[in-house]
Amino acid sequence: MKKYGMVIDTKSCVGCGACVVACKTENSVPEGLHRDWIVEEVTGKFPNLFMEIRSERCNHCSDAPCVSTCPTGASHIKEGSNIIKVDPDKCTGCQACVVSCPYNARFVMPEGYVSKCTFCDHRVEKGTDPACASVCPTHSIVFGDLNNPLSRVSRLLRSRKYKTLVPEAGTEPNVYYLL
Amino acid sequence: MKEITITTNKITNIVNGHFHAWGWEVPVYLFLGGLTAGILLISAIMAISKQKSKFTLSTEKLSLWAPIILSLGMAALFLDLKHKLYVWRFYTAFEITSPMSWGSWILLFVYPLSFFLILSTIRKAYPKLNKFTESLLLKIKLDKFYNILIDFSEKNRKKIAFTVIPFAIALGVYTGILLSAFGSRPFWNSSILGPLFLVSGLSSAVAAVILFSKEHSEKEVFTRIDLGLLIIEVIFIIFLIIGMASSSIQYKKALNLILGGPLTAPFWIFIFSFGLLLPGFFEVLELRGKKIPSAIAALLVIAGGLFLRFIIVEAGQMSGWLTY
Repeated sequence: MKKYGMVIDTKSCVGCGACVVACKTENSVPEGLHRDWIVEEVTGKFPNLFMEIRSERCNHCSDAPCVSTCPTGASHIKEGSNIIKVDPDKCTGCQACVVSCPYNARFVMPEGYVSKCTFCDHRVEKGTDPACASVCPTHSIVFGDLNNPLSRVSRLLRSRKYKTLVPEAGTEPNVYYLL
Repeated sequence: MKEITITTNKITNIVNGHFHAWGWEVPVYLFLGGLTAGILLISAIMAISKQKSKFTLSTEKLSLWAPIILSLGMAALFLDLKHKLYVWRFYTAFEITSPMSWGSWILLFVYPLSFFLILSTIRKAYPKLNKFTESLLLKIKLDKFYNILIDFSEKNRKKIAFTVIPFAIALGVYTGILLSAFGSRPFWNSSILGPLFLVSGLSSAVAAVILFSKEHSEKEVFTRIDLGLLIIEVIFIIFLIIGMASSSIQYKKALNLILGGPLTAPFWIFIFSFGLLLPGFFEVLELRGKKIPSAIAALLVIAGGLFLRFIIVEAGQMSGWLTY
Protein backbone atom coordinates (compact mmCIF):
# COMPACT_ATOMS: atom_id res chain seq x y z
CA MET A 1 0.00 0.00 0.00
CA LYS A 2 1.13 3.51 -0.77
CA LYS A 3 1.52 5.86 2.15
CA TYR A 4 1.51 9.29 0.63
CA GLY A 5 3.03 12.18 2.47
CA MET A 6 4.16 15.70 1.91
CA VAL A 7 7.42 17.24 3.05
CA ILE A 8 7.48 21.03 3.15
CA ASP A 9 10.70 22.95 3.58
CA THR A 10 10.12 25.87 5.93
CA LYS A 11 13.65 27.13 5.18
CA SER A 12 12.97 27.73 1.52
CA CYS A 13 9.23 28.54 1.54
CA VAL A 14 8.74 32.25 0.97
CA GLY A 15 4.97 32.23 1.49
CA CYS A 16 4.21 33.41 -2.05
CA GLY A 17 0.84 31.64 -2.01
CA ALA A 18 1.31 29.97 -5.41
CA CYS A 19 0.30 26.65 -3.82
CA VAL A 20 -2.95 28.19 -2.65
CA VAL A 21 -3.78 29.64 -6.07
CA ALA A 22 -2.80 26.41 -7.85
CA CYS A 23 -5.03 24.37 -5.56
CA LYS A 24 -7.98 26.68 -6.04
CA THR A 25 -7.56 26.57 -9.81
CA GLU A 26 -6.94 22.82 -10.06
CA ASN A 27 -9.84 21.86 -7.81
CA SER A 28 -12.25 24.69 -8.61
CA VAL A 29 -12.43 25.65 -4.94
CA PRO A 30 -15.20 28.26 -4.53
CA GLU A 31 -14.50 31.85 -3.61
CA GLY A 32 -13.73 32.38 0.06
CA LEU A 33 -12.82 28.73 0.67
CA HIS A 34 -9.35 27.17 0.71
CA ARG A 35 -7.96 23.66 0.78
CA ASP A 36 -4.49 24.96 1.66
CA TRP A 37 -3.23 28.14 3.23
CA ILE A 38 -0.08 29.93 4.38
CA VAL A 39 0.83 30.52 8.02
CA GLU A 40 3.59 32.92 9.01
CA GLU A 41 4.73 32.43 12.57
CA VAL A 42 7.08 34.94 14.17
CA THR A 43 8.64 34.08 17.54
CA GLY A 44 11.39 35.56 19.72
CA LYS A 45 12.26 38.98 21.07
CA PHE A 46 13.46 41.89 18.97
CA PRO A 47 16.05 41.91 17.47
CA ASN A 48 16.30 38.12 17.75
CA LEU A 49 13.20 37.25 15.81
CA PHE A 50 12.57 34.02 13.97
CA MET A 51 10.06 33.56 11.19
CA GLU A 52 8.66 30.28 9.98
CA ILE A 53 6.47 30.11 6.91
CA ARG A 54 4.32 27.05 6.41
CA SER A 55 2.05 25.96 3.62
CA GLU A 56 -0.66 24.03 5.50
CA ARG A 57 -3.43 21.64 4.48
CA CYS A 58 -5.18 18.44 5.55
CA ASN A 59 -2.55 16.16 7.10
CA HIS A 60 -4.10 12.92 5.77
CA CYS A 61 -3.58 11.49 9.25
CA SER A 62 -2.90 7.78 9.70
CA ASP A 63 -5.28 7.80 12.68
CA ALA A 64 -7.82 10.21 11.25
CA PRO A 65 -10.60 11.34 13.62
CA CYS A 66 -12.56 12.74 10.67
CA VAL A 67 -12.94 9.18 9.33
CA SER A 68 -13.75 7.56 12.67
CA THR A 69 -16.38 10.16 13.65
CA CYS A 70 -18.18 10.26 10.29
CA PRO A 71 -21.60 8.64 10.83
CA THR A 72 -22.20 7.70 7.20
CA GLY A 73 -18.81 6.59 5.88
CA ALA A 74 -18.66 9.68 3.64
CA SER A 75 -15.29 10.57 5.09
CA HIS A 76 -13.14 7.63 4.04
CA ILE A 77 -9.65 6.39 3.23
CA LYS A 78 -9.10 5.89 -0.48
CA GLU A 79 -8.47 2.25 -1.25
CA GLY A 80 -4.83 1.31 -1.69
CA SER A 81 -3.56 4.52 -0.12
CA ASN A 82 -3.80 6.71 2.95
CA ILE A 83 -5.48 9.60 1.14
CA ILE A 84 -8.55 10.78 3.02
CA LYS A 85 -11.47 11.84 0.90
CA VAL A 86 -15.11 12.84 1.25
CA ASP A 87 -17.85 11.21 -0.80
CA PRO A 88 -20.37 14.03 -1.42
CA ASP A 89 -23.13 11.48 -2.12
CA LYS A 90 -22.82 10.10 1.40
CA CYS A 91 -22.15 13.38 3.25
CA THR A 92 -25.05 14.79 5.27
CA GLY A 93 -23.20 17.98 6.16
CA CYS A 94 -23.42 17.18 9.87
CA GLN A 95 -19.89 18.57 10.29
CA ALA A 96 -18.75 15.90 12.75
CA CYS A 97 -15.55 15.65 10.67
CA VAL A 98 -15.14 19.44 10.58
CA VAL A 99 -15.32 19.57 14.37
CA SER A 100 -13.08 16.51 14.83
CA CYS A 101 -10.15 17.84 12.76
CA PRO A 102 -7.46 19.31 15.05
CA TYR A 103 -6.10 21.27 12.06
CA ASN A 104 -9.41 22.93 11.10
CA ALA A 105 -8.69 21.73 7.57
CA ARG A 106 -12.26 21.00 6.53
CA PHE A 107 -15.00 23.28 5.30
CA VAL A 108 -18.52 23.10 3.93
CA MET A 109 -19.00 23.64 0.22
CA PRO A 110 -21.82 25.95 -0.95
CA GLU A 111 -23.68 22.78 -2.03
CA GLY A 112 -23.65 21.56 1.59
CA TYR A 113 -21.15 18.72 1.61
CA VAL A 114 -17.78 18.85 3.32
CA SER A 115 -14.57 19.27 1.36
CA LYS A 116 -10.83 19.47 1.91
CA CYS A 117 -7.41 18.69 0.38
CA THR A 118 -7.30 15.37 -1.48
CA PHE A 119 -3.54 15.44 -2.20
CA CYS A 120 -4.89 15.96 -5.75
CA ASP A 121 -5.44 12.21 -6.00
CA HIS A 122 -6.75 12.60 -9.55
CA ARG A 123 -3.29 13.86 -10.52
CA VAL A 124 -1.46 11.35 -8.35
CA GLU A 125 -3.29 8.52 -10.15
CA LYS A 126 -1.72 9.75 -13.37
CA GLY A 127 1.73 9.87 -11.79
CA THR A 128 1.94 13.66 -11.43
CA ASP A 129 2.43 15.71 -8.28
CA PRO A 130 -0.41 17.52 -6.52
CA ALA A 131 -1.01 20.99 -7.97
CA CYS A 132 0.54 22.78 -5.00
CA ALA A 133 3.79 20.79 -5.23
CA SER A 134 4.02 21.15 -8.99
CA VAL A 135 3.87 24.97 -8.98
CA CYS A 136 6.02 25.77 -5.93
CA PRO A 137 8.64 28.18 -7.32
CA THR A 138 11.17 27.32 -4.58
CA HIS A 139 10.50 23.56 -4.79
CA SER A 140 9.63 23.62 -1.10
CA ILE A 141 6.74 21.16 -1.38
CA VAL A 142 7.75 17.56 -2.04
CA PHE A 143 5.17 14.80 -2.43
CA GLY A 144 5.72 11.06 -2.47
CA ASP A 145 5.36 7.59 -0.99
CA LEU A 146 6.60 7.40 2.60
CA ASN A 147 6.64 3.59 2.38
CA ASN A 148 9.23 3.73 -0.38
CA PRO A 149 12.65 4.29 1.24
CA LEU A 150 14.01 5.57 -2.08
CA SER A 151 11.37 8.27 -2.55
CA ARG A 152 12.41 11.91 -2.18
CA VAL A 153 10.12 12.40 0.81
CA SER A 154 11.69 9.42 2.63
CA ARG A 155 15.19 10.61 1.83
CA LEU A 156 14.43 14.15 3.02
CA LEU A 157 13.00 12.86 6.28
CA ARG A 158 16.14 10.75 6.80
CA SER A 159 18.53 13.61 6.10
CA ARG A 160 16.83 16.65 7.64
CA LYS A 161 15.31 17.66 10.94
CA TYR A 162 11.55 17.89 10.76
CA LYS A 163 8.36 18.32 12.73
CA THR A 164 4.68 17.66 12.28
CA LEU A 165 1.90 19.97 13.47
CA VAL A 166 0.45 19.26 16.92
CA PRO A 167 1.61 15.60 17.03
CA GLU A 168 0.24 15.55 20.59
CA ALA A 169 -3.26 15.47 19.11
CA GLY A 170 -2.40 11.84 18.35
CA THR A 171 -3.64 11.70 14.79
CA GLU A 172 -0.30 10.70 13.18
CA PRO A 173 -0.20 13.41 10.50
CA ASN A 174 1.53 12.76 7.17
CA VAL A 175 2.54 16.32 6.31
CA TYR A 176 6.07 17.05 7.52
CA TYR A 177 7.83 20.39 7.91
CA LEU A 178 11.59 20.54 7.45
CA LEU A 179 13.34 22.77 9.97
CA MET B 1 6.78 37.27 21.43
CA LYS B 2 4.76 34.93 19.30
CA GLU B 3 2.78 36.29 16.40
CA ILE B 4 0.97 34.15 13.89
CA THR B 5 -0.36 35.52 10.65
CA ILE B 6 -2.50 33.56 8.26
CA THR B 7 -1.88 35.27 4.97
CA THR B 8 -4.25 33.46 2.67
CA ASN B 9 -7.57 33.71 4.42
CA LYS B 10 -7.52 30.16 5.60
CA ILE B 11 -9.98 29.11 8.12
CA THR B 12 -13.48 29.35 6.83
CA ASN B 13 -15.01 28.19 10.10
CA ILE B 14 -13.57 31.06 12.09
CA VAL B 15 -16.37 33.32 13.27
CA ASN B 16 -15.81 36.15 15.74
CA GLY B 17 -12.23 35.05 16.29
CA HIS B 18 -12.70 31.35 16.94
CA PHE B 19 -13.63 28.12 15.22
CA HIS B 20 -17.36 27.80 14.87
CA ALA B 21 -19.12 25.01 12.98
CA TRP B 22 -22.19 24.27 15.09
CA GLY B 23 -24.79 26.90 15.94
CA TRP B 24 -27.88 26.80 18.19
CA GLU B 25 -29.31 23.66 16.57
CA VAL B 26 -26.86 21.18 18.13
CA PRO B 27 -27.23 22.31 21.78
CA VAL B 28 -31.02 22.42 21.37
CA TYR B 29 -30.96 18.88 19.96
CA LEU B 30 -28.69 17.66 22.77
CA PHE B 31 -30.99 19.23 25.36
CA LEU B 32 -34.19 17.83 23.88
CA GLY B 33 -32.54 14.42 23.38
CA GLY B 34 -31.50 14.40 27.05
CA LEU B 35 -34.97 15.56 28.11
CA THR B 36 -36.53 12.71 26.12
CA ALA B 37 -34.16 10.23 27.76
CA GLY B 38 -35.19 11.59 31.16
CA ILE B 39 -38.91 11.40 30.33
CA LEU B 40 -38.59 7.81 29.14
CA LEU B 41 -36.55 6.83 32.19
CA ILE B 42 -39.12 8.31 34.58
CA SER B 43 -42.04 6.76 32.69
CA ALA B 44 -40.35 3.35 32.60
CA ILE B 45 -39.29 3.41 36.24
CA MET B 46 -42.78 4.49 37.31
CA ALA B 47 -44.27 1.65 35.23
CA ILE B 48 -42.14 -0.81 37.14
CA SER B 49 -42.49 0.90 40.51
CA LYS B 50 -45.11 -0.36 42.94
CA GLN B 51 -46.32 3.20 43.63
CA LYS B 52 -48.09 3.41 40.32
CA SER B 53 -51.52 4.01 41.79
CA LYS B 54 -50.42 7.55 42.57
CA PHE B 55 -48.63 10.11 40.43
CA THR B 56 -50.89 10.39 37.38
CA LEU B 57 -48.54 12.53 35.32
CA SER B 58 -45.32 10.55 35.67
CA THR B 59 -46.97 7.12 35.63
CA GLU B 60 -49.55 7.52 32.92
CA LYS B 61 -49.27 10.73 30.92
CA LEU B 62 -45.60 11.64 30.71
CA SER B 63 -44.51 9.08 28.09
CA LEU B 64 -46.58 10.82 25.39
CA TRP B 65 -44.20 13.77 25.53
CA ALA B 66 -41.17 11.63 24.64
CA PRO B 67 -41.65 11.23 20.86
CA ILE B 68 -42.94 14.81 20.56
CA ILE B 69 -39.93 16.34 22.28
CA LEU B 70 -37.54 13.98 20.50
CA SER B 71 -39.05 14.96 17.15
CA LEU B 72 -38.51 18.64 17.96
CA GLY B 73 -34.89 17.80 18.76
CA MET B 74 -34.54 15.86 15.52
CA ALA B 75 -35.99 18.83 13.65
CA ALA B 76 -33.28 21.05 15.19
CA LEU B 77 -30.66 18.49 14.17
CA PHE B 78 -32.06 18.39 10.65
CA LEU B 79 -31.80 22.18 10.44
CA ASP B 80 -28.13 21.87 11.38
CA LEU B 81 -27.36 19.55 8.46
CA LYS B 82 -25.82 21.40 5.55
CA HIS B 83 -26.53 18.67 2.99
CA LYS B 84 -30.12 18.06 4.03
CA LEU B 85 -31.31 15.92 1.12
CA TYR B 86 -28.77 13.28 2.12
CA VAL B 87 -30.10 12.85 5.66
CA TRP B 88 -31.16 9.28 4.80
CA ARG B 89 -27.48 8.39 4.55
CA PHE B 90 -27.44 8.04 8.36
CA TYR B 91 -29.37 4.82 7.83
CA THR B 92 -27.35 3.28 5.06
CA ALA B 93 -24.35 2.72 7.32
CA PHE B 94 -23.46 1.79 10.84
CA GLU B 95 -20.07 3.21 11.75
CA ILE B 96 -19.00 1.60 14.99
CA THR B 97 -16.48 4.35 15.87
CA SER B 98 -18.91 7.20 15.25
CA PRO B 99 -21.10 8.24 18.21
CA MET B 100 -23.36 10.09 15.77
CA SER B 101 -23.99 6.83 13.94
CA TRP B 102 -24.75 5.07 17.24
CA GLY B 103 -27.14 7.90 18.09
CA SER B 104 -28.98 7.62 14.78
CA TRP B 105 -29.63 3.93 15.33
CA ILE B 106 -30.52 4.36 19.03
CA LEU B 107 -33.18 6.88 17.97
CA LEU B 108 -34.61 4.32 15.59
CA PHE B 109 -35.25 2.00 18.56
CA VAL B 110 -36.38 4.75 20.93
CA TYR B 111 -39.36 5.78 18.80
CA PRO B 112 -41.20 2.41 18.64
CA LEU B 113 -40.35 1.66 22.26
CA SER B 114 -41.79 4.97 23.39
CA PHE B 115 -44.95 4.28 21.36
CA PHE B 116 -45.42 0.95 23.13
CA LEU B 117 -44.98 2.71 26.46
CA ILE B 118 -47.59 5.31 25.46
CA LEU B 119 -50.03 2.63 24.29
CA SER B 120 -49.72 0.84 27.62
CA THR B 121 -51.54 3.74 29.34
CA ILE B 122 -53.33 5.57 26.52
CA ARG B 123 -56.82 4.26 27.35
CA LYS B 124 -56.57 5.55 30.91
CA ALA B 125 -54.39 8.63 30.46
CA TYR B 126 -55.65 10.04 27.19
CA PRO B 127 -59.14 8.61 26.49
CA LYS B 128 -60.01 11.38 23.99
CA LEU B 129 -56.77 10.95 22.07
CA ASN B 130 -57.31 7.19 22.09
CA LYS B 131 -60.81 7.52 20.63
CA PHE B 132 -59.63 10.02 18.06
CA THR B 133 -56.77 7.73 16.96
CA GLU B 134 -59.15 4.78 16.86
CA SER B 135 -61.61 6.66 14.66
CA LEU B 136 -58.82 7.73 12.32
CA LEU B 137 -57.52 4.18 12.05
CA LEU B 138 -61.04 2.89 11.49
CA LYS B 139 -61.07 4.71 8.16
CA ILE B 140 -58.12 2.65 6.96
CA LYS B 141 -59.38 -0.47 8.77
CA LEU B 142 -56.43 -0.59 11.16
CA ASP B 143 -58.45 -0.01 14.34
CA LYS B 144 -58.40 -3.70 15.27
CA PHE B 145 -54.64 -3.85 14.87
CA TYR B 146 -54.37 -0.71 16.99
CA ASN B 147 -56.41 -2.31 19.77
CA ILE B 148 -54.32 -5.48 19.57
CA LEU B 149 -51.23 -3.31 20.03
CA ILE B 150 -52.81 -1.57 23.03
CA ASP B 151 -53.80 -4.91 24.59
CA PHE B 152 -50.28 -6.20 24.01
CA SER B 153 -48.71 -3.06 25.52
CA GLU B 154 -51.00 -3.12 28.56
CA LYS B 155 -50.26 -6.79 29.22
CA ASN B 156 -46.51 -6.37 28.75
CA ARG B 157 -46.16 -2.92 30.32
CA LYS B 158 -43.42 -3.95 32.74
CA LYS B 159 -41.46 -5.84 30.08
CA ILE B 160 -41.67 -2.82 27.77
CA ALA B 161 -40.53 -0.56 30.61
CA PHE B 162 -37.53 -2.82 31.32
CA THR B 163 -36.63 -2.66 27.60
CA VAL B 164 -37.01 1.11 27.49
CA ILE B 165 -34.61 1.73 30.40
CA PRO B 166 -31.32 0.73 28.67
CA PHE B 167 -32.30 2.61 25.50
CA ALA B 168 -33.25 5.72 27.48
CA ILE B 169 -29.91 5.57 29.32
CA ALA B 170 -28.10 5.06 26.01
CA LEU B 171 -29.89 8.06 24.51
CA GLY B 172 -29.06 10.30 27.48
CA VAL B 173 -25.41 9.20 27.64
CA TYR B 174 -25.04 9.44 23.86
CA THR B 175 -25.88 13.15 23.89
CA GLY B 176 -22.74 13.68 25.98
CA ILE B 177 -20.52 11.06 24.34
CA LEU B 178 -21.29 12.67 20.98
CA LEU B 179 -19.20 15.62 22.17
CA SER B 180 -16.66 13.80 24.34
CA ALA B 181 -15.54 11.62 21.42
CA PHE B 182 -14.01 14.65 19.70
CA GLY B 183 -10.40 14.40 20.86
CA SER B 184 -9.51 17.55 18.96
CA ARG B 185 -11.75 19.70 21.18
CA PRO B 186 -10.20 19.52 24.66
CA PHE B 187 -13.20 21.02 26.47
CA TRP B 188 -15.40 18.18 25.24
CA ASN B 189 -12.87 15.40 25.49
CA SER B 190 -14.04 14.00 28.84
CA SER B 191 -16.19 10.90 29.23
CA ILE B 192 -17.90 12.51 32.23
CA LEU B 193 -19.99 14.48 29.70
CA GLY B 194 -21.95 11.26 29.05
CA PRO B 195 -23.20 10.77 32.62
CA LEU B 196 -23.41 14.57 33.14
CA PHE B 197 -25.80 14.99 30.20
CA LEU B 198 -27.78 11.93 31.26
CA VAL B 199 -28.26 13.28 34.79
CA SER B 200 -28.97 16.76 33.46
CA GLY B 201 -31.58 15.38 31.02
CA LEU B 202 -33.16 13.38 33.82
CA SER B 203 -33.16 16.45 36.07
CA SER B 204 -34.88 18.52 33.35
CA ALA B 205 -37.52 15.80 32.92
CA VAL B 206 -38.06 15.64 36.69
CA ALA B 207 -38.41 19.44 36.69
CA ALA B 208 -41.01 19.16 33.91
CA VAL B 209 -42.99 16.74 36.08
CA ILE B 210 -42.81 19.18 39.01
CA LEU B 211 -43.92 21.98 36.70
CA PHE B 212 -46.95 20.24 35.22
CA SER B 213 -48.06 17.83 37.95
CA LYS B 214 -51.32 18.66 39.67
CA GLU B 215 -50.72 16.35 42.62
CA HIS B 216 -48.92 17.73 45.64
CA SER B 217 -47.46 14.34 46.64
CA GLU B 218 -46.02 13.84 43.13
CA LYS B 219 -44.48 17.32 43.17
CA GLU B 220 -42.91 16.65 46.57
CA VAL B 221 -41.38 13.27 45.68
CA PHE B 222 -39.99 14.62 42.40
CA THR B 223 -38.60 17.68 44.17
CA ARG B 224 -36.63 15.31 46.43
CA ILE B 225 -35.41 13.36 43.40
CA ASP B 226 -34.40 16.57 41.61
CA LEU B 227 -32.43 17.78 44.59
CA GLY B 228 -30.40 14.56 44.49
CA LEU B 229 -29.86 14.91 40.74
CA LEU B 230 -28.71 18.52 41.09
CA ILE B 231 -26.13 17.42 43.69
CA ILE B 232 -24.89 14.69 41.32
CA GLU B 233 -24.64 17.24 38.51
CA VAL B 234 -22.54 19.57 40.67
CA ILE B 235 -20.24 16.64 41.52
CA PHE B 236 -19.90 15.68 37.83
CA ILE B 237 -19.07 19.28 36.89
CA ILE B 238 -16.37 19.29 39.59
CA PHE B 239 -15.02 16.02 38.10
CA LEU B 240 -15.03 17.63 34.64
CA ILE B 241 -13.02 20.55 35.98
CA ILE B 242 -10.57 18.33 37.90
CA GLY B 243 -10.04 16.22 34.78
CA MET B 244 -9.11 19.21 32.67
CA ALA B 245 -7.10 20.94 35.40
CA SER B 246 -4.90 17.86 35.85
CA SER B 247 -4.34 17.25 32.15
CA SER B 248 -2.02 18.71 29.51
CA ILE B 249 -1.71 22.36 28.54
CA GLN B 250 -4.44 22.29 25.87
CA TYR B 251 -6.93 21.02 28.44
CA LYS B 252 -5.84 23.66 30.95
CA LYS B 253 -6.30 26.32 28.28
CA ALA B 254 -9.75 24.90 27.54
CA LEU B 255 -10.60 25.03 31.23
CA ASN B 256 -9.52 28.66 31.33
CA LEU B 257 -12.49 29.45 29.10
CA ILE B 258 -14.68 29.05 32.20
CA LEU B 259 -12.04 30.04 34.77
CA GLY B 260 -11.28 33.61 33.81
CA GLY B 261 -11.92 33.32 30.06
CA PRO B 262 -14.84 34.60 28.00
CA LEU B 263 -17.30 31.93 29.17
CA THR B 264 -16.64 32.39 32.89
CA ALA B 265 -19.65 34.56 33.64
CA PRO B 266 -22.21 32.58 31.60
CA PHE B 267 -20.97 29.28 33.03
CA TRP B 268 -20.85 30.21 36.71
CA ILE B 269 -23.86 32.53 36.72
CA PHE B 270 -26.34 30.87 34.36
CA ILE B 271 -25.39 27.21 34.73
CA PHE B 272 -23.81 26.78 38.14
CA SER B 273 -25.68 29.45 40.13
CA PHE B 274 -29.06 29.90 38.42
CA GLY B 275 -29.26 26.40 36.96
CA LEU B 276 -27.99 24.28 39.86
CA LEU B 277 -27.38 26.04 43.19
CA LEU B 278 -30.36 28.38 43.23
CA PRO B 279 -33.02 25.80 42.25
CA GLY B 280 -31.40 23.38 44.71
CA PHE B 281 -31.70 26.03 47.43
CA PHE B 282 -35.34 26.70 46.54
CA GLU B 283 -36.08 22.97 46.58
CA VAL B 284 -34.57 22.60 50.04
CA LEU B 285 -36.78 25.48 51.26
CA GLU B 286 -39.85 23.90 49.60
CA LEU B 287 -39.17 20.56 51.26
CA ARG B 288 -38.85 22.36 54.61
CA GLY B 289 -42.35 23.72 54.12
CA LYS B 290 -41.60 27.25 52.94
CA LYS B 291 -44.19 28.53 50.52
CA ILE B 292 -42.23 29.00 47.31
CA PRO B 293 -43.89 28.28 43.96
CA SER B 294 -42.34 25.01 42.80
CA ALA B 295 -42.45 26.33 39.23
CA ILE B 296 -39.54 28.71 39.96
CA ALA B 297 -37.03 25.95 40.76
CA ALA B 298 -38.39 23.75 37.96
CA LEU B 299 -38.06 26.48 35.33
CA LEU B 300 -34.56 27.35 36.54
CA VAL B 301 -33.51 23.70 36.26
CA ILE B 302 -34.87 23.41 32.71
CA ALA B 303 -33.27 26.70 31.62
CA GLY B 304 -30.01 25.63 33.30
CA GLY B 305 -30.05 22.33 31.39
CA LEU B 306 -30.49 24.14 28.09
CA PHE B 307 -27.78 26.63 28.97
CA LEU B 308 -25.41 23.82 29.96
CA ARG B 309 -25.56 22.43 26.41
CA PHE B 310 -25.16 25.87 24.83
CA ILE B 311 -22.10 26.77 26.90
CA ILE B 312 -20.44 23.36 26.55
CA VAL B 313 -21.02 23.22 22.78
CA GLU B 314 -19.57 26.73 22.49
CA ALA B 315 -16.63 26.05 24.84
CA GLY B 316 -15.68 22.92 22.90
CA GLN B 317 -15.54 24.84 19.65
CA MET B 318 -13.45 27.55 21.29
CA SER B 319 -10.92 24.99 22.48
CA GLY B 320 -8.47 23.20 20.23
CA TRP B 321 -4.91 22.00 19.71
CA LEU B 322 -3.80 24.74 17.37
CA THR B 323 -2.76 28.05 18.83
CA TYR B 324 -4.32 29.95 15.93
